[in-house]
Amino acid sequence: MVPATITNVFSLTVVLFLTAVIVFFIGKSYIVSLSQSQGIRPHSLRHYYGIYAAAWTFIPAIIVLLMWTALTQPVIARLSQSLLLDAYPDMNSAMLQLRLAQLQNISTGLIVAPDDTMRLIADAHAELRTYANDLKFVISLLVAFAGAGFAIRQIKPEQKARIKWEGFLRRLFFVAAAVAILTTIGIVSSLLFESIRFFSQYSMIDFFFGTHWSPLKAFSSSGGQSEIDGVVQGSFGMLPVMAGTLLVAFIAMLVAVPIGLFAAIYMAEFASERTRNIVKPTLEVLAGVPTVVYGFFAALTVGPFIRDLGFFAGMDISAQSALAAGGVMGIMIIPFISSLSDDVITAVPRSLRDGALGIGSTRGEMITKVVLPAAFPGLTGAFLLGISRAIGETMIVVMAAGVSAQLTANPLDSVTTVTVQIVMLLTGDTEFDSLKTLSAFALGITLFVVTLMLNVVALSVSRRAGGRYE
Amino acid sequence: MSNPIKDMSTDERLHLISVSLNKRHRKEKQLKLAGLAAITLAIGFLVVLMTNIFSNGYTALLQSEVRIDINVPKAEILGADGAIDIQKSQAFNWNGLVKKSFRAGFPDVKGMSDRRMLNDLVSENAGYELRQAIEKDPSLIDQSSFWVKTSDDVDMLLKGRIKTTLPEKLRRIKDSQLVWINQLEQKNDLRKVFNTAFFTNADSREPESAGILGAIVGSAMVLMITIIIALPLAVMAAIYLEYFAPPGRLTDFIEVNINNLASVPSIVFGLLGLAIFLGFFNMPRSAPLVGGMVLALMTLPTIIIATRASIRAVPTSIRDAALGVGASRMQAALDHVLPLAAPGILTGTIIGIAQALGETAPLIMIGMVAFIVDVPTSVTDPATALPVQIFIWSDSAERAFYERSSLAIMVLLIFLISMNLLAVFLRKRFEKRW
Repeated sequence: MVPATITNVFSLTVVLFLTAVIVFFIGKSYIVSLSQSQGIRPHSLRHYYGIYAAAWTFIPAIIVLLMWTALTQPVIARLSQSLLLDAYPDMNSAMLQLRLAQLQNISTGLIVAPDDTMRLIADAHAELRTYANDLKFVISLLVAFAGAGFAIRQIKPEQKARIKWEGFLRRLFFVAAAVAILTTIGIVSSLLFESIRFFSQYSMIDFFFGTHWSPLKAFSSSGGQSEIDGVVQGSFGMLPVMAGTLLVAFIAMLVAVPIGLFAAIYMAEFASERTRNIVKPTLEVLAGVPTVVYGFFAALTVGPFIRDLGFFAGMDISAQSALAAGGVMGIMIIPFISSLSDDVITAVPRSLRDGALGIGSTRGEMITKVVLPAAFPGLTGAFLLGISRAIGETMIVVMAAGVSAQLTANPLDSVTTVTVQIVMLLTGDTEFDSLKTLSAFALGITLFVVTLMLNVVALSVSRRAGGRYE
Repeated sequence: MSNPIKDMSTDERLHLISVSLNKRHRKEKQLKLAGLAAITLAIGFLVVLMTNIFSNGYTALLQSEVRIDINVPKAEILGADGAIDIQKSQAFNWNGLVKKSFRAGFPDVKGMSDRRMLNDLVSENAGYELRQAIEKDPSLIDQSSFWVKTSDDVDMLLKGRIKTTLPEKLRRIKDSQLVWINQLEQKNDLRKVFNTAFFTNADSREPESAGILGAIVGSAMVLMITIIIALPLAVMAAIYLEYFAPPGRLTDFIEVNINNLASVPSIVFGLLGLAIFLGFFNMPRSAPLVGGMVLALMTLPTIIIATRASIRAVPTSIRDAALGVGASRMQAALDHVLPLAAPGILTGTIIGIAQALGETAPLIMIGMVAFIVDVPTSVTDPATALPVQIFIWSDSAERAFYERSSLAIMVLLIFLISMNLLAVFLRKRFEKRW
């Protein structure tokens, strides 16, 4: 048995790396001695032969190691699961999960096995793990040595080691760039896959146009629930959720657009260099504050403050009003709007300004009648990006907005948003088969598509505007 | 019809112009004032936010303690050899000892409910912490009086966070408890000390024992994984796109994807992690490994864009010279351009990582929101992260968690500010003007 301190992935990686370093020196000195004995100058610089051998040692072995680690976990889990099922034939799935967790804890030594059957299974489980670990160690080292042997046999002066290595690097770099594509594919496919499962059980029309959202309540007063396979389900009409999202985003833009835009105008047209140098970084601090901090501020300071104000005015306002969440979200978006608008405004060409000033307009008239209309498409793009931000923002609304969906335009009411519902539906136990969990992915793909469309429109609007005056 | 302006005398015209000019200048001034007001408002919000957090949080740096005369019964803890017997110590009712000794200071208090209210003044963890202290330093066993933590309610009262003017029903501290606290204060048996537990403990149900060490270690692990994955990938992708990508549809598609991913809401990355890493690959829930992978995918576009910008900032003459003396394209990129672009890449990476440090929603999605009392020791252990800890605490009912989450926010902001300052410093220090 190989000690566990060596068989964990990290130390095995180190071992493989050290092996590769040794192979590097072997390869390097081997090509030197070969070229001397044969009297031929090698094609590449000699360290390329070392790198060539080291790469053959390290890379296949690390791939095997990672794949082995990723693949053996589920296999062992499945094996011990079948062992458990053999020992306790009539177990429900919750009990099985419990036993599996127990097994994990026994094998790490946290608890002692409660009975003999359990101990036997735990022993078998531990043996499996040791066996897999030993095998992992042996196999990855074998692959490393095989790679090293293969590469060193290949080394000869006329071999083009540099070309081979650089060709490999180029392919590796391409794969790295393609990770962006893979991520998009991963996002789209995971959202799509679960959403399709959702829509196979729940009508698409009811989801997109239903006005009743109560995923957790089995019975609701308005009778929106439906019965599927004898199980009473909640109802998933997303209109009130979308309405809440738009209300909060609208309030946020109501705060962010005027403040951000006027700040940008001042900074671009009136402020001295010194003021710019102070104000710009300060606004950037506002942008760097984590959203959880804004959420904390909205939930524990602004929300109760608005509630108390309402109390004095004789109104009954919830501490989780759309106004509190939207207002604080607006503060978060100010620097976003102001810096984008600033860029757009300063990009308006000098000639337009000079023309306006030359025919006798004041600076103010130049800004409102010439610069802003010229910058209008770019500003629209900035606002659309701001809206997309507001719709996708999660923490502020999770902490400061409500959880119950209602169709209202009153900013003093408590509303819920798409992101709040996703978080609420997916925290806690997540079983991938319940309609409740799947509905979160349907919301997720809606969110993804909406924000993506906003971004694409925003980009195309401002890009089209970009070349207008050149 | 005649033009009224044409019929005017010169003086009348000049008068008209000066009136309208005044009006026009006034409008300009209004625009300027609106801009100033907007900036003042924005900075005002920042100031309010920071003051609010600071004024709520600084008191969490101190923790109230009460002195209790405790005689530790040695026979029940020490083994035959005179050293502490861990088994015996484990079986001993430390909490009972602390509470009994505390009640001994108030001999007149009788009756179940009064005694319970008296007990409530001392931390629920006091016994456990006394045991830890004595097991660590056995000489303490001879000591006759100990400082132990008060309960969070007493702590809040002593810090002035509970108003005694409120009617008794609305207060967490009742009138009889106020009297006892007064007695303790007169005997000088109450003090406030630096709250070390906040920086050396992980989460706890009792606010007075709750700390951020577990969350900080969790965050550090997450960020380490993020850097290990995102930085090499980003550098390789950037070099490919700058120097090797053949112009064409595939390259365009990659660029479009990178730009779009940069503006995908962070929670969507959390959904990706949940469905792919947890659901499909069966990776452990709540683990920093998965959190780091999700955040790596999220920050990847940011770092790629920053890396490309700093590669482009290196003059083409450097590359041309390398190619001219016979370097291969790969050698020119890796040996000549990359080292010169490194400071810029580093700055971009730090800024991307700072973003990842403040990110909460994706980590919640993959289950890092669980209540975890142990400091994680490996990247597959269940853990939480600093912003998630803030989220968990701000959701708790206890008033004392409110000030603790404020202090945790201050710690988080200090980390963020120092990372950004480091980035600014690196940019200034290594900035080259060509």
